[in-house]
Amino acid sequence: MTTTDSATTTDPLVRLEKIRKSYGANEVLRGIDLEISAGEVVCILGPSGSGKSTLLRCINYIEKPTSGFVIVDDQVIGFRKSPRSHGALRELKDQEVARQRRAMGMVFQRFNLFPHMTVQENITHAPRLVKRVATKKARERALELLGTVGLRDRAGAYPGQLSGGQQQRVAIARALAMDPALMLFDEPTSALDPELVGDVLEVMKDLARQGLTMIVVTHEIGFAREVADRVVFMDNGEIIEQGPPREVIDAPQHERTRAFLSRVL
Amino acid sequence: MSTAPTGTSTAPIGTDMQSYRVIRNKHVGRYVAAVITALLLLSVVLSFARADIDWATVGEYLTARSILTGFMVTIYLTIISMAIGIVLGILIAVMRLAHNPVVSWIAWLYVWFFRGTPVYLQLLLWFNIAIVFPRYGIPGLYEGRTVDIVTPLVAAILGLGLNQAAYTSEVVRGGILSVDRGQDEAAKALGLTGLSSMRTVVLPQAMRVILPPIGNETIGMLKTTSLASAIGATEILNEAQHIYLVNNLIIELLIVTAIWYLLAVSVLSVVQYYIEKHFGRGHAAQTAGVGLFNRIQTILGTSRRTP
Repeated sequence: MTTTDSATTTDPLVRLEKIRKSYGANEVLRGIDLEISAGEVVCILGPSGSGKSTLLRCINYIEKPTSGFVIVDDQVIGFRKSPRSHGALRELKDQEVARQRRAMGMVFQRFNLFPHMTVQENITHAPRLVKRVATKKARERALELLGTVGLRDRAGAYPGQLSGGQQQRVAIARALAMDPALMLFDEPTSALDPELVGDVLEVMKDLARQGLTMIVVTHEIGFAREVADRVVFMDNGEIIEQGPPREVIDAPQHERTRAFLSRVL
Repeated sequence: MSTAPTGTSTAPIGTDMQSYRVIRNKHVGRYVAAVITALLLLSVVLSFARADIDWATVGEYLTARSILTGFMVTIYLTIISMAIGIVLGILIAVMRLAHNPVVSWIAWLYVWFFRGTPVYLQLLLWFNIAIVFPRYGIPGLYEGRTVDIVTPLVAAILGLGLNQAAYTSEVVRGGILSVDRGQDEAAKALGLTGLSSMRTVVLPQAMRVILPPIGNETIGMLKTTSLASAIGATEILNEAQHIYLVNNLIIELLIVTAIWYLLAVSVLSVVQYYIEKHFGRGHAAQTAGVGLFNRIQTILGTSRRTP
């Protein structure tokens, strides 16, 4: 995790360069450029189908961009500089991409907890398997993380025995267990019953306060206004405008942003 | 919907529901079915009892040495063939789902061939494989005559195991596809490689879907091993045939064989129940209360399920 208030450092933690993604003739992302500094909380807003989720999935390479580059912590995701031919990028193998992904945690709209493992096993699984953390240490860390999301007493439960809000908090703990430099949230409260949204948002606010770098795709305008350092508004595969929440949300410059906000607010 | 009462009485239902006496359905059909079944069973049992069957001989041959060794061969064939079938079946299923088109095509071709020809034919093919490949090994370094290694038992293992792999692979493939894509994505987002995601996240969940049919196929395999008698593998049916061709006690020996098969299948059913229960973790509601064994447990009061 990063130290607080490092939003002014020179090198961005994440740099997206001309990300394009198409499925056949359907172009979902039309050249996205974006820089995010360490410690920054960026909320991505936009109507459904605007490419927000696809962008997030491109960042951790679950979805391969059709063209463009994702640079996280000075590493080009999915590639490495070829030592032999200068100026060339070599595509990485599956295992090497997996290694790069450790820097990024991801929280999904539908939680995607492993249903055949207990809550604690869900959290210890990747640290033990990927980082070779000793079982005992991984378990202690899991309990500690469960404490921070307020679910320490549910360590032995199976995901199916938890409410949606509890599952999502476990999913956040699971992602944090890999000590990522960056957390990606893909509409983390969209699948939740309204009364369960608050707990999850509260956990996310805590993480933001601790200075974790976060990219959050969300429909929670209130959360964006309160927590985001920067709001990015996307429509039709492009970034329409971005800036501090009080500018983008309260005084949008673009017609499309205004139209979207008037529908959701 | 009409709000009029459906009965013949037109009197309105009163407000005090507690005053009514509830008359339950009698389920007459159940009793009729039970009586008819009991009568049919009785007649079958009587037919066997009155027929010219020497029951003493059945008891005598039940533990005859050659029958017991034949039974052991049957069990051995079942275990080895299923082991080959499952390991190779998983491999072929994963190959079939691979991004590499050549690998995927090889898996398809395998399933196409082994599922497309009768297992009996495949057994004969392996038994006579020496006609096609008279010698095996690396020429000049290590070789031998194929006839020397492909005994009836080896031919039976190859035939049954490779055939089973084709069927198992389809079951496994269906199981893998039944697991939500988000599971694999979540595993990968945590830094797991494709292979470890498959091994530790996707396959264990697919097991819940895969195991019931695999259990059925193991039971099927136990019986299919009897085809190996056609190529001279000395499993239980083959042994029984050897005996009754000499002493002509045909029905007696077939009954002996049937008893052993039924016994083995019963044991397998119990094993299947516990394995399915193990892989149903996190899905308790879907596996509890199914299967004959569970009902027997409930009747005997040994079930650990809360009522």
